Amino acid sequence: MAFTSFTEFLAMGGHAPYVWSAWGVTALLLVATVWHARVEQRQLLNGIKRRARRANSLRGNAQ
Amino acid sequence: MWAFIHKLGSPKWFYGISAKLQPWFWAAAALLLLVGSLWGLVFAPADYQQGNSFRIIYVHVPAAFLAQSIFISMAVSGLVFMVWKIKVADMAAAVMAPLGAAMTIVALFSGAVWGVPTWGTWWMWDARLTSMLILLFLYLGVIALRGAFSSRDSASRAASVLAMVGVINIPIIKYSVDWWYTLHQPASFTLTSRPTMPTEMWLPLVIMVLGFYSFFIALTLMRTRSEILRREASKRWVQDLVNGQTVHVQAEETR
Amino acid sequence: MHSTSHSASDSSSDGAARSASQRSAHGSSPSALESALQEAGAVKEAQAWPLLEHQGGLMLAVKATLVRDLTLLLRRRGEVLNPLVFFALVITLFPIAISPDPELLAVIAPGLLWVAALLAALLSLDSLFRSDYDDGSLEQLLLATQPLAALSLAKVAVHWLLTGLPLALMAPLLGIMLALPAGSYAVLALSLALGTASLSLIGAIGAALTVGLARGGVLLSLLILPLYIPVLIFGAGAVQAAILGDGVAAHLAILGALLAAALMLAPWAIAASLRISING
Repeated sequence: MAFTSFTEFLAMGGHAPYVWSAWGVTALLLVATVWHARVEQRQLLNGIKRRARRANSLRGNAQ
Repeated sequence: MWAFIHKLGSPKWFYGISAKLQPWFWAAAALLLLVGSLWGLVFAPADYQQGNSFRIIYVHVPAAFLAQSIFISMAVSGLVFMVWKIKVADMAAAVMAPLGAAMTIVALFSGAVWGVPTWGTWWMWDARLTSMLILLFLYLGVIALRGAFSSRDSASRAASVLAMVGVINIPIIKYSVDWWYTLHQPASFTLTSRPTMPTEMWLPLVIMVLGFYSFFIALTLMRTRSEILRREASKRWVQDLVNGQTVHVQAEETR
Repeated sequence: MHSTSHSASDSSSDGAARSASQRSAHGSSPSALESALQEAGAVKEAQAWPLLEHQGGLMLAVKATLVRDLTLLLRRRGEVLNPLVFFALVITLFPIAISPDPELLAVIAPGLLWVAALLAALLSLDSLFRSDYDDGSLEQLLLATQPLAALSLAKVAVHWLLTGLPLALMAPLLGIMLALPAGSYAVLALSLALGTASLSLIGAIGAALTVGLARGGVLLSLLILPLYIPVLIFGAGAVQAAILGDGVAAHLAILGALLAAALMLAPWAIAASLRISING
């Protein structure tokens, strides 16, 4: 282990702003892409379901 | 072989098989990224010259690798689409472009941040950073071209041609930028080229690179499935599949 | 030569849409086309077409495209002159914006001249296929039995002849105004002549991809400027090397190699892009 304490780990030997901003932005971007992909998938599935339901009810009204 | 290619070309088949493959790649990505991050951030020794700012390498290099690889896979997908008219290949290429651009931005940002403790400035016209910047413009061009067409088929084919033209140019751009850099900034300190890197430093790097690649595959599978839903929403098999799923989900909710 | 070749490829003058539809309806057999053309009373064209179709006629078709494009462009002199005026104007902006100090200008002159010439060449690209697309003669090129790659290469050659070459010849003049050190003028013109040929070829891919789009101009520059960077590096590098007294042979050789690669690969990409833009 390269650090003796947790505060030392957070300080990163004085390079904290650089290390943590680079890692933070990367982590944020990875999480955001996954979140976006999930929302996209759910919206598409819901849209298809909604359209199917509407088509069904229209067919029901016509009969 | 041919049967396999044609099967792969069927969105329905791809939708099924990717559902089975996807969890494995997500699991691999999560595991590798977790292990790599812990190892790189906590256990790897600090660099004798750069101190702890060296730990940026564990996000910078994988992002840069991935940015280049995604462009190549996008061009290969474009070629497959143009030659065999396999629509899934184009759908994959369409979802790869934004991720590739995002990875290029990550590599540029982490490179710029790394530049502050190393060079004392946010931006240096370093050969690698300059090539990355040009790669970002290439990505933006492909994305913009795809968005500019009103017909989906034209957009797909135009983006495929541009991706292929771009991928032929990437090595030429890379070598000319390297040459230009050595001419103007002789023998300066580059961020990532190290004479020898001890095992406990590069092993976590390899793990992070593998983790980023797994993430890319998993996300591409997931978003290609969404793209299939978007383009084939009116197809019978999609309707059956989704509405079957509705019943299934409702059954779970009531339980 | 002039009248036959002109009518051969510029059959749009006599009902491009009609002959195109007849070709697709009857298939591309020469007899069907001949009868169609003779029915239309285009005797001259009927004489020209069999020449192209029966005697292979690739060289003839390329020559016809060259002559036609040259004639058309020379008729619209504004389009030829505009990039040159733009080049001179942009070069005028720099001493005004930066400093009229000759020593400073001499240092940045190679880069300025190259960037300004590159932008001027870029400016002219949007119109490369535009008028042919609008009047339907581009579709005629696509329907021709000769390979589209060869015909588009002829079009690009005309573009370079009337844009790249004049820019290269004009650059030394502007070099004087930027106090470009002596001894680099010939290299400047030569590097620009070689480099703009590659720029025309690469740019034509972008022009072909965006010709079907209503507002393709800005998109065109976004697509191809990144691809211009190697040419810019070695072109401006050649002039700088000449100023420093280093050998310029390596730079010019690489520019030549880039041109050779572009000559081999770009025509196919241009042809594929034109087909995408036309077939919608």
